[in-house]
Formats: sequence, structure tokens, C-alpha cells
Amino acid sequence: MLIFLYAPIILLVVYSFSASRIPGQWGGFTSEWYVKLFEDPRIQRTIGVSIRVALVSTVISTMLGTMSALALERFKFRGKRVFDALLYLPIIIPDVTMAVMMLMFFTQAFDLLNLVFGIGLSKGFATIVVSHIAFNIAYVSVVVRARVAGMDATLEQAASDLYASRWQAFRYVTLPLIAPGVLGGALLAITLSLDDVVVTQFVAGPGSTTLPVYVFSLIRKGVTPTINAVSVIMLVASLILVAGSVGLQRASAARGRQQLRTTGGK
Amino acid sequence: MSVGEAELQRDRAERRRGLFLALPSFVYMILFFALPLVIVLVYSFATRTSSGSTSLSNWNLDAYRKLGEPIVRNVVVRSIVLAVITTAICLVVAYPFAWFCAHQRPNVRNLLLVAVMIPFWTNFLVRNYAWRILLSTGGPLSSLTERIGIGETNLLFTKTAVVIGLVYAFLPFMILPLYASIDRIDGRLIEAGRDLYGSGSQTFRRIVLPLTMPGVIAGSILVFVPSMGAYVTPELLGGGKETLLGSYIVTQFLTARNWPVGASMSFVLMAVMLVSTIIYFRAGGKNL
Amino acid sequence: MNIRTKHIGVALVAGMLSLSACGGGGDSAASECEAGQTDGDLFLYNWSDYMDPDLITKFQDEYGVTVTEDFYDSNETMQPIIAAGNSGYDVIVPSDYMVSILIGDGSVQKLQQAAIPNIANLSSDFYPAPYDPTGEYTVGYQWGTTGLGVDLEVLGPDTPHTWGLVFDPELSANFDGKIILLNDPRETMGAALKYLGYSLNSTNPDELAEATQVVADAVGRIAAFDSDQYSELLATGESLLSHGYSGNMLYDVVLDNPDRYTYFVPDEGGTIWTDNMAVVFDAPHPCTAHTFINFMLDAENGAALTNYNLYASPNAASAQYIDAEVLANPIIYPTDTSKLEFITNTGDYETNFSDALSEAKG
Repeated sequence: MLIFLYAPIILLVVYSFSASRIPGQWGGFTSEWYVKLFEDPRIQRTIGVSIRVALVSTVISTMLGTMSALALERFKFRGKRVFDALLYLPIIIPDVTMAVMMLMFFTQAFDLLNLVFGIGLSKGFATIVVSHIAFNIAYVSVVVRARVAGMDATLEQAASDLYASRWQAFRYVTLPLIAPGVLGGALLAITLSLDDVVVTQFVAGPGSTTLPVYVFSLIRKGVTPTINAVSVIMLVASLILVAGSVGLQRASAARGRQQLRTTGGK
Repeated sequence: MSVGEAELQRDRAERRRGLFLALPSFVYMILFFALPLVIVLVYSFATRTSSGSTSLSNWNLDAYRKLGEPIVRNVVVRSIVLAVITTAICLVVAYPFAWFCAHQRPNVRNLLLVAVMIPFWTNFLVRNYAWRILLSTGGPLSSLTERIGIGETNLLFTKTAVVIGLVYAFLPFMILPLYASIDRIDGRLIEAGRDLYGSGSQTFRRIVLPLTMPGVIAGSILVFVPSMGAYVTPELLGGGKETLLGSYIVTQFLTARNWPVGASMSFVLMAVMLVSTIIYFRAGGKNL
Repeated sequence: MNIRTKHIGVALVAGMLSLSACGGGGDSAASECEAGQTDGDLFLYNWSDYMDPDLITKFQDEYGVTVTEDFYDSNETMQPIIAAGNSGYDVIVPSDYMVSILIGDGSVQKLQQAAIPNIANLSSDFYPAPYDPTGEYTVGYQWGTTGLGVDLEVLGPDTPHTWGLVFDPELSANFDGKIILLNDPRETMGAALKYLGYSLNSTNPDELAEATQVVADAVGRIAAFDSDQYSELLATGESLLSHGYSGNMLYDVVLDNPDRYTYFVPDEGGTIWTDNMAVVFDAPHPCTAHTFINFMLDAENGAALTNYNLYASPNAASAQYIDAEVLANPIIYPTDTSKLEFITNTGDYETNFSDALSEAKG
């Protein structure tokens, strides 16, 4: 499984050191692409935009998506069916259709705002984030619902009977129970955001493009191994991040055990 | 206060809480999704002018009539077949892996999940190029199969390549919800099942599978739907020899600049998806 | 606008649409610009790797403005973004057929000739151009051809220069299924029309049907329809015969290996294309835009561009500054241009080309 997932990634890493500009042609070893990468302000800027968009849209859509998942699985309310259907649409809409409709929506909404209130807005970071959240809420909600569905609700009820506040019941009972679903949803959201080209391309403003849009625009004249190098750097960065968080978890778990032992010793 | 009244009140409170939870997303989705969608809906009833812009002054259903043409029908059927195959393979491959993940220590488990996602934090175009190299004539896969005696496998620009590419692209969409639902199963239920049925396959069919059905359904939808609309991967790995729904819609919107047809195609696609999702859910619901 | 509906939502949206249509329609009363005048930074929307970075630096230094450059992968993605309005871009570089679409939609504004004295440098072959017959909207940027890149190891140095390499069953059999065609309805159907001896702008349905059959018969021998990687795949051997644009073929394949690979436009004729500079209808900085266009039409700057990206220049005055070997290269400057045709916008008929390609693929 991991071999299947990582085989192309290994190849991608290998070719980031290829001296040939052409993908699939090995031209001898070079680190020239990495040098290029560090000299290219445009790539650095687009990476920055990508990461900021991914983080903001993931945080917001994970919160909203989890709330909707709980609402849909646990509660009855007016308009539930409509809401349910509405939340599926971003998953089933073709990319290009969503792209075109967001483009039309933003330009027309901005025209209208300008006409009525004289507020001049333009496309850029905010429109990208708004669009990413619009499709990410749906994905997060599906993954979290797969976790919540059929989960025993008695624990939460017991908790809300015991605790004073609903928030505490959520924080200490519900959230830990649904955490794997929330983590999965967030991972999916961050991945979708980091990978989206079509929608972003249409809602980005001048100078505000994300990395994948920039890379896709290179396709006509040739995507050089610089982009492989970018991918490798992002790969390494995320590995370090993961290793760091695992280390942190270990440390806190060890501290927890130690505390338990010391208190137990008294 | 009678019991009935108290229940009613609690019911009302519950409804309020549900609405409160749903409201932020609800408002967001109406403002930033449903409203834009209306624009496309309007376009689907409009007409393409000879210069390729869209005229709104003449409402009609012409764009929807185009969907009856044999070309379009072939495209749709072909895309459904491809999406079904992709989903089935993803399910078969992802299930054991998600199972394996769910039965590790929490630390290892999270690590595995992240390990599944990390390849997808690279650039998708570069990933597809890597697959091109892997599958190419005399490429790594071909050399491997030749060495182990199966012979050369030059898969690039074949249907198999498209399926491999799609399975690769959407596998995480299957693994994540599956994992989320498998992880939920109480281990004691499985033990009880073993005691009851004896055989592992019976336990799986009667207990495990029904319990993980929400994950199976969610995963299948998350894979099936984007497979139907995918166009970059099929074109890069399949060579664009067959028109699929995704590229057909893109062509209508961008190349032919026929927004009415692009829009109507999208709506029919979405309607079909929504209906089949509901049917799939109902069918799955019986097993729950 | 006639709206026969009682649904208020639809009416509202339709109203919004018409509002924006009014806003985007005619040429806005743009301020008069003088030659060399700037009114802010420049936002340029161009093809990737198509601009010499030194020229950008030079422009920035000369006029004290910043240039922000974004890229698009195809005319088709650029067009709706520009047409929607509020794109924020000043100058775009559309190809020939897209120019007529943009003019038709009112997406580009009339050039203020007084602000672009260097227009006089353009060759009369390219200015005015057939897709902008009065020359009011666009000026040429670069030009090239569409033809075939061939691995000469297959048929040797005497490989015949014909579309038959793709469409003739016997000739194309030599390439063992390793043929790549552009995934572009106009180019690919155009190639088949040319093979049959018709105009690539033919709007005769019978001729198109014939061409569709020709392409359909060839599909079994074709590895892929690909508009982006035809030259790279030729270089890696995944393709032995690729249909594509002159510059990429030269740069990716022929330059490094001129004995093994060549590029030509078949004798039956093929596409000549241009990319052009135009000012967006709602350009935030129209004067800087005009000044930039004038700067690019300067004889030395135009030559620098051609020396950088190896596409031919429509600038007649640039010839003296272009490297001799570039001018002498028949791939960049074909010796016989008589059989070359521009792709022109066929209006209503346009969708027939994309349907024909879909049909041919089966």
C-alpha cells in the first residue's frame, strides 16, 4: 500500500535532481533546480499564498463542517433536508462549473456592491479562501458524519446530565469521540486546498495565485524540475512537522505517565 | 406540566440546538454556493450567440436537448463505467489498509494516516508526470514486470493507466472515512461475532460490514463523484483518446464557449448524482 | 431584455447579469494617454516563459513602475477571466482567433495609436492582421507555425513533409502507434482538412465530415491527444511523431539533437498563428499599458524578445538586431508562408469542430 502511494513520490524526488529540463529524461545529477527555487521570488510567493490559504480555509471549514455533521446526525431541525442536499452539491459539482460560477458570482457581487454602496472590492486572497471553504465544508462534513453516524449518543447524554455546561460535554466527551473523523476531515481539507487548480485559477486576482495554479500555467511551455524541487521541499517540511508533532505527543504522554507515577507514589 | 409537554419542550430545545449548529454553515453555503449556483442555473436556459457569448434574452431548453445526442450518451456511459471500476478498486484496496490502521496504537495510527496524505501535498501535476514516467514504455514498471517474467507492460496511454491514476488520486478519499468508521467498532462485538458464527467471513459480513457501512458509503461517494468529473488525470495518462464527462464539460465551457450546454450538463450530472446518492444511502441504511 | 418570468430570484440575478453586461460592454471613456505616460504599476497576464525577464527589468527601471506578471495555460482559461470584468490585468497576450472573440465581446479596448508610435515598426504582413482587420485593438507580439516534429530514425532524412505521416494508413504505420496529435479541435480537425486539400477554416459540413472520418480512422494509430507535452514526449521516445507548435519543438527537441529530430509544416499547408498584445477593457492602468506595448514594439526590445524565446517577431524594424542564426532558421522563419493559414473565428460553426473531434475519438 505504502509502496503504491510512494512509488511516484520517489520518482518525483529522483527527477528533481535530473539535469534535463524534460520530465522523464535523465540528464545526470544536478542540484541546479533547488538553487533556482531559492532564487525565484515568484515561486516563494505562491508557496506562501498556498500555505496561508490552506491553513485558513482548513481551520474554518473543519469547524463549520464538524458542526454541520453533528447537526445532521444528531438533531432534527427545520430545513434539514435542504441543508443536507446543499452540503452534497460542492462534492458533486464539476470543478470547472464551480470555477465559472464563483467567477461570475464574485465579479457580479463586486459590481453590485460598487454600484449600490460604492465599495470597490477585487479578487484576491479572500476570494480564494471563501471558495475553498465553500467546497471544503462539504468534504469535512462527509468524513465526520461517517464517524458520528450510529455512534452511541448515551455517553453524551450522560455527560450533559452530569456536567453543568453543554460546552464541557462537547469538549470532554463528544470531541474526543469524533476526533479521528475531525482529523481525517481536516487532512482532506488541507489536501484539497493545496491541490486545487481550477477554482482557484478563476477566483484569484493579479499577483495572488497559489502554487498549483502557477505550476499549471507552466504546462504549455514546460514544467521544469523546479516544481519537483518545490514538491520535495514541501514533502520534507511536512515530514519534519509530523515528526515534530509525534515527538511532542510522545513527550507529553511520557510526562503524563511520570505524573501518574509520582502522584501514585504518594 | 404533563409528560407530553415536557417532551415537546425538550424536542423544541433540541431543534433549536440543531439549527444553531447548522446555521453558520447553512448561511455560508447559501451565500457562497447556492447563490452562485443560481447564476449557472440561469445560464443553462440561455442561448449561445454566434460570437460565443451567452444571450439571456431568449429562454429555452435547447441546452438540455443536446444531452439526448448519442455522443453525449456515450460519454456519460463511459464515465460511469470508469468511475464504478475506480470506486470498486479503491474500496477493495482501502478497506484492509484502513482496518490495519485502526488496529494500531494511537500514535502509530495517526502517523499512518498522515503518511497516507503526505504524498498528496506534492503538486498534482508533477505527481501525474511521475506516473507517466512510471508507466512509460521501458519505464520502471515495465522493467520490473519484465524482470519478474510477466513481460513488458507498456501501460501509458491505456485505459488501465487511467484507472491506476484515478485510484491513486482518490484513494485517500476512501481511506479516511473508512478509517473513521472502522475505528469506531467495539472490539467486543467482533469477539461476540466470532463466538456466534465461528468463521471470520461470516463475522465480517454480518457484523463488521454493516457497522462500517457509513464509512463505505461516504468513501464510495467521495471517490465515485470526482472520478466522474476527473479530466486532468485521464488526459495525461490515457492520452485523451476517449472523451469523458469531465473533459466534455470543460470543453463546452472553455473551448466551445457553450456555457448553456456546459451548465445544463453539470446540472444533469448533479441531479443524477444526488438521486443515486440518496438511493445508495437508503440501500445502505437498511443494513445499518 | 425580455424576461418573461415571475420568479423574483431569477429576475434579480438576470438583472444583476444585465447590469454587469452594461458595465462591461462598450469602450469605457478611457482617459487620453500620451506616449511614455504611466498611471501606475503594470499587471501583465501572459503565457509562461514567454517574456524575457531582462526586458521586464528594463521597463521597470526606465519608467519607475513595478510589473506583476501572471501566467495562463491557454487562451480558453484567460478569456472568461478577462470577460467577466474586474480581472485587475492591464495587458493580455491572446492568440489570433481569440483576438476576434475578445473584440466581439468588448473585452479589449481600442488602442490609442498616439501613445504607441512604435506601431510603425510592425511588418505589413502582421499589421493589420486578418483577425483585427482595422488594427484598432491589437498589435503583434510573436508568431509561429503548427506542424509536425519527427524522429528521423523512423523514415530517415528523406521523411516526406506531408500530413500523410499521420493520416495515411501506410505511411503512419511506420510510427508504430507512437503518434501524438494536439488535443485542440481547431488544430487537429484543421490538420485533417489540410490533408484533404481543404481550407482549415472550411465551414462546409461535408468537408468536416470527411475530415472527421480521416481522424477517426487514425485514432487507432494515435498514442495520445496532448496539447502540452507533445515535444517532451518526443524527446523521451514515448512519441515518434508529434503535432505541435514550432517554438516548443525547436527548444525541447531539435536544438539539442538536430540530426535526429526535425520540425516542419507539411507541404499541404498548416496553421500560422500569432500572439498579440491588447489592453483589457477595464484595465486599471491604461496609460502604463500603452507605454508597455510601445516599449515592446521598440526595434531592439522586439529583437531581444525573439533572441530570448526563439519565436519569430512581427516587428520589421527588429530584423537587424535579431541574431543571424535565428533569422536563418527555417523552423523559426519558414521560407514559404504561402500555404499557411490563420485560424479564424467561424462563429456559430465553431461548436461543430469540437463536436467533430469528440465524434472522431468515438
